[in-house]
Amino acid sequence: MTARSGVWLVVMVVALVLVPVLIGSPFYVNLASQVLIYAILAMSLNLLVGFGGLTSLGHAAYLGFAAYVTIYLTTLAGFGQFSGALIALVATTGLAMLFGFLALRASGLGFLMITLALGQILWGLAFRWVSLTGGDNGLGGMQRPHPFGIDLGDPNAFYYFALCFFLVAFAGIALFVRSPFGHSLRGSRDQPRRMRALGYNVWFVQWCGFVYAGFWGAIAGILYAYYNQFVSPHALNLMTSAETLLMVIAGGAGTLFGPIVGAVLVVVLKNVVSAYIARWVMLLGAVFVMIVLFMPEGLVPGTTRWTKLALGRRRRAAGGGPGEATGTAAVQERSS
Amino acid sequence: MSELALDVDGLGKNFGGLPAVRDVVLKVELGERHLLLGPNGAGKTTLFNLIAGDIRPSTGSIRLFGRDVTRMRTDQRTHMGVARTYQIITLFAESTLTHNVVMSLTGLSRCRFDPFTSLDRRTGFRERAREVLATVGLEHLADRKVSETSYGERRRLEIAMAMAQEPSLLLLDEPLAGLSADERGEVQRLLESIPRSVTIVMIEHDMDVALAFADRITVMQRGAVVVEGNRAEVVADPKTKEVYLGH
Repeated sequence: MTARSGVWLVVMVVALVLVPVLIGSPFYVNLASQVLIYAILAMSLNLLVGFGGLTSLGHAAYLGFAAYVTIYLTTLAGFGQFSGALIALVATTGLAMLFGFLALRASGLGFLMITLALGQILWGLAFRWVSLTGGDNGLGGMQRPHPFGIDLGDPNAFYYFALCFFLVAFAGIALFVRSPFGHSLRGSRDQPRRMRALGYNVWFVQWCGFVYAGFWGAIAGILYAYYNQFVSPHALNLMTSAETLLMVIAGGAGTLFGPIVGAVLVVVLKNVVSAYIARWVMLLGAVFVMIVLFMPEGLVPGTTRWTKLALGRRRRAAGGGPGEATGTAAVQERSS
Repeated sequence: MSELALDVDGLGKNFGGLPAVRDVVLKVELGERHLLLGPNGAGKTTLFNLIAGDIRPSTGSIRLFGRDVTRMRTDQRTHMGVARTYQIITLFAESTLTHNVVMSLTGLSRCRFDPFTSLDRRTGFRERAREVLATVGLEHLADRKVSETSYGERRRLEIAMAMAQEPSLLLLDEPLAGLSADERGEVQRLLESIPRSVTIVMIEHDMDVALAFADRITVMQRGAVVVEGNRAEVVADPKTKEVYLGH
């Protein structure tokens, strides 16, 4: 199993590196950059939803907050690009510490509602505190940074810039999930009571998971700010949180590749299909209904299951040929 | 009088208006085997939950090894040397037996905070987990998922997970419940092999095993202690018969 996911990893990295070469068109390269940014956001939410069992409807808070802070600091407050991004990262992680402290007072539906409420508070602030956030007009006028003299205004350069962060995020989250701490987060999801009796501080484990998810959400937010060079309350609204949650669930919560597949699906549908069909949200809805009907566990685990089933049937058909299959063997296979 | 491992004083717990545990006094010496008896609903498991820290008492105090732990969290008490098994099995069903024991080992290790290295690479834990599984006779199932094992095997895994933590105080909640006669014998031998450095408090309904095992016995009824003493005293006390046979 690990060997197979290793192969998938290599395939994914090679494909991602070749994307600008294969596509060529700046529109689609920009689209790929968007996919990477949302994939980081979805992967970070997956830490909570999939591995922590903590379904959050307020994850846009970290994307939007980090984007607002980055743009505010670099355009209006006169900070440099690097220091602005760094402060945005620290501030957003701090916000996750506070939100985690508040939201983890409850679990299940209560947790969901608190994250939703906290996200809406930020959205309300961005919308109403016009002197700071520009209100409905948002904040703009930001320049993309020039790290090491590379102009990130070029679509290909920005794509590779985002790809670096994406790969680091993927590696960081993959390591986290397999680590002792990642296992304690999963254990706290499955058997919180037993985990306490085994010596784990379940609240603290979940809080750390929450903060870690907020950290990667902040990275996505800073990239979002660089990509759009503009931020409005849209980045903080409930629709963004819900879309991110849909990416995680559609792709496969609790898997490493699931949120990435989910991000590809949603971003491509949103940007490409909307050019042809005005009511693309209906199509998005239809796609999710199909996923829920045929692969309720999500696209990645669902495809794995269907593939195994198909391979097993083919093997059975090959094995059930002349002579070999005796009566009992056939019965055993059918029952298994 | 030697030092006490567990000193419960005036402990009470109300669920709403219903007193589940009332004014319980329980003193267990180091190395003692203490048995809790009583009909269903007598408050034995509630008392366990209070001692382990799963719930907070309404009144009274709990001291472990001379230290007041009444307001301490469950995981802190675990780090002081308390381990328990559950009456209703709580295991990681979709993980292997080895992984269940590894989770028990990492719970007391500092590395449980490590977010960077793979748990599977920590072969020391896996080897130790296999050793512990061997002591309960489950090493041949080490790589099997819990959901694919029998009830008796899960009971033994519960004990293995508690023993892996090398506790000073072991709380066993009906370790023999639902086991076949053969399995009872195995678990009984396993319990007898636990060294005297471990203090054991056990809830058990199987009288033959329980009475043979216990140094001291506490009989509870409707949340309160009715009789307390050594084997002969408790068996001879007319109140014991009353609790079990009625008037």
